[in-house]
Amino acid sequence: MDSALLIHRLHFAFTATFHYLFPQLTMGLALLIVVLKTIALRRNDPVYHESARFWAKIFGINFVLGVVTGIPMEFQFGTNWSHFSRFAGGVIGQTLSMEGMFAFFLESAFIGLFLFGEKKLSPRAHWWSAFGVFAGSWLSGYFIIATDAFMQYPVGYYKASDGSLQLASFWTFVLNPWAGWQYAHNMSGAAITGAFIMTSVGAFYLLSNKWTVHARIFVKTGVIAGCIFSVLQIFPTGDRQGKMVTELQPVTLAAMEGLFHGQTQAPLLILGQPNEEQGKIDNPLQVPGVLSMLTYRRWDAHVRGLDAFPKQDWPGNIPLLYYSYHIMVGLGSFFIAIMSLALLLLWTGKLFNARWMLWILMLAAPFPYIANTAGWMTAELGRQPWIVYGLMRTEDGYSKLVSAGNGLFTLLGFMGMYMVLGILGLFLLWREIDHGPAAASLSNLQPSTDAPREVR
Amino acid sequence: MSSLWFWIVAAMVVTYVVLDGFDIGAGAIYLLAAKTNDERRRILRAIGPVWDGNEVWLLAAGGTLYFAFPKLYASSFSGFYLPLMMVLWLLMLRAIGIEFRAHIEHAIWQDFFDVVFCMSSILLAVFFGAALGNVVRGVPLDATGYFFEPLWTNFKLNADIGILDWYTVLIGVMALVTLTAHGSYYIALKTDEDLGRRARGFALLCWPLQFFLTFSALVATYFIRPTIMANYRNHPIGILIPIIVVACLAVMLWANPKGKERLAFIASGLYIAFMLVGAAFALYPVLLSAREHQYDLTIYNSAAGSHGLRVGLVWWTFSAILAVAYFVFVYWKFRGKVPVGEGHY
Repeated sequence: MDSALLIHRLHFAFTATFHYLFPQLTMGLALLIVVLKTIALRRNDPVYHESARFWAKIFGINFVLGVVTGIPMEFQFGTNWSHFSRFAGGVIGQTLSMEGMFAFFLESAFIGLFLFGEKKLSPRAHWWSAFGVFAGSWLSGYFIIATDAFMQYPVGYYKASDGSLQLASFWTFVLNPWAGWQYAHNMSGAAITGAFIMTSVGAFYLLSNKWTVHARIFVKTGVIAGCIFSVLQIFPTGDRQGKMVTELQPVTLAAMEGLFHGQTQAPLLILGQPNEEQGKIDNPLQVPGVLSMLTYRRWDAHVRGLDAFPKQDWPGNIPLLYYSYHIMVGLGSFFIAIMSLALLLLWTGKLFNARWMLWILMLAAPFPYIANTAGWMTAELGRQPWIVYGLMRTEDGYSKLVSAGNGLFTLLGFMGMYMVLGILGLFLLWREIDHGPAAASLSNLQPSTDAPREVR
Repeated sequence: MSSLWFWIVAAMVVTYVVLDGFDIGAGAIYLLAAKTNDERRRILRAIGPVWDGNEVWLLAAGGTLYFAFPKLYASSFSGFYLPLMMVLWLLMLRAIGIEFRAHIEHAIWQDFFDVVFCMSSILLAVFFGAALGNVVRGVPLDATGYFFEPLWTNFKLNADIGILDWYTVLIGVMALVTLTAHGSYYIALKTDEDLGRRARGFALLCWPLQFFLTFSALVATYFIRPTIMANYRNHPIGILIPIIVVACLAVMLWANPKGKERLAFIASGLYIAFMLVGAAFALYPVLLSAREHQYDLTIYNSAAGSHGLRVGLVWWTFSAILAVAYFVFVYWKFRGKVPVGEGHY
């Protein structure tokens, strides 16, 4: 791979991966905060109000980091991937522009009212501000997924005389069948992150015997939501997306599953290391026939392996794609296991005293981030070697006039900047968690030390 | 159809500069105008509920540019690679300067973010001005429709050209002074007591500089690109634009000492808007001018397909109405002077 291509790919991969650590929690928490506020409003329960306010503070810090790391994403289509933008901009410019016009305006208008306007608004109006933020963030998700769906499975376009892609049918493009299931799968993944974080903080408080009234609400809300979305994540959303990959990107499926040679009664590989040199899996642990069943709903169905496709169309990094996919699926199964167990304990009234389970729930917080990241890596590595599937190769899409040296300069700049942002963010989040939800009563909403202070 | 999109994108850029311009300007005077912690918090509270929304106009304008003129987006964003990346870093620093300061009541923490916020605001104003300067001056586009400019070469306008030369630096300084004045009028409007007085003083100081730079910039532009007057000659109605600009300058000078802060702020906004409209009027139908004019990117060779542009007009109109409604609501909700010692930041 030539070095400019590698730098531009790393540039986008790094900034996108770091960015998506924040929106997944933003979108997940926005939903759960609306739930907390709805219950608070219905029951007129101050503890639920305080809980919602506590999570709004966490949300606020996370939101800022999501916004500042999100701005570079839109720019990079032009700065680092200008040949791709010129080629596909006539189509995907639509959804990227709609994201700004519909979602970001909505979000930015309500975020100020939601975070700082509780005193200025009636409880009902404040609920609507929370709902506006939720709607804006979930809408923004759709436009991005629809953009990505076009890159995975281009529809609704025609090829103009200058070779560029142009919009032929707006609704075919926006309602891309790929986008529907990918969106459901992705949003469910975001809800899992929100649920696990809420559960984790609640479990931490219960284990430290602090703010236990609020903590029970966090754990209860988190476990119920976590259980629902962990199941939805696998079925139907993950299952349906797998079927789409089978039909529309069969070579990607073969690489994800580590199937070097096509066969009937294809096995599902649980563990094992792909050995590309010899075209086999080392140390395989597999269940016969299950892959055939999952993909074609028949035990004896033939599944095409990598050998059925020309090598230049294979995804570029098969081991990484394979591991990303297996980590995602493995963690997804683990989420169902611990969340259903926790739900069972909650149901029987034992969860809040089961310290071992609370320990597991507390320590599980990082895993949804890993699973969501691995999921996106599966989608984007699986699309390779194409930047627009079947129409433009990745190596033709980057900015030819931006040299590897200039690309590395800004990549290093982003790495430094994001390290600082990450440390600041973790530090501030830890402080809010340490202060706890009791600090979030309405009278304490404002910092109390207001005394004017000479700064020089 | 592509003419319409030219003016829609221009209107969005103007909206962005007028709106985010005042919070960037407020950042530029922040360290000098606000002496106490309470005063600094009042500046932050004056822009706090709106700065993020203002900045969305940049993203929305960028997105609309992408969708309506994909070729222009591809060429200009990759050609201005380094300065754009630095703009991104500055936008990030500015955002955390505003938002993270309030989280910890500690002098060292707050002083740090105060400087981050002020410096990033000042540099952003200069960068945006230099970007405008580049668009007017022309960039080394060739037959492929792409270019790449280094940050600077020798600050001269010759074959080996950079982002920064004497002309674009001049426009950058003009942008800084203009936005500083704009932010000062806004802070004068939103605050009172010592802080409001000091902000008015800053605006007063900026005025002669702004006057001088406006005329130098016009002369310099004519000097480096005599063809810039062609549209004005062919469409004499355009002569209204400089007249309005001069009128706005006069209103700013008159209204500020009389304490008519709202009028001064509106005049400053109109001044910025018509300076930019004047540039767009002169450039039309060129979107990004090349040093050699046969390579200009125009609305004719850069627009997206006509079906996409027609469809876009439907949803764009709908979303723009919604966006304006949100803005009216938010600005109305946070109208009036910033109350003392209350609220976040």
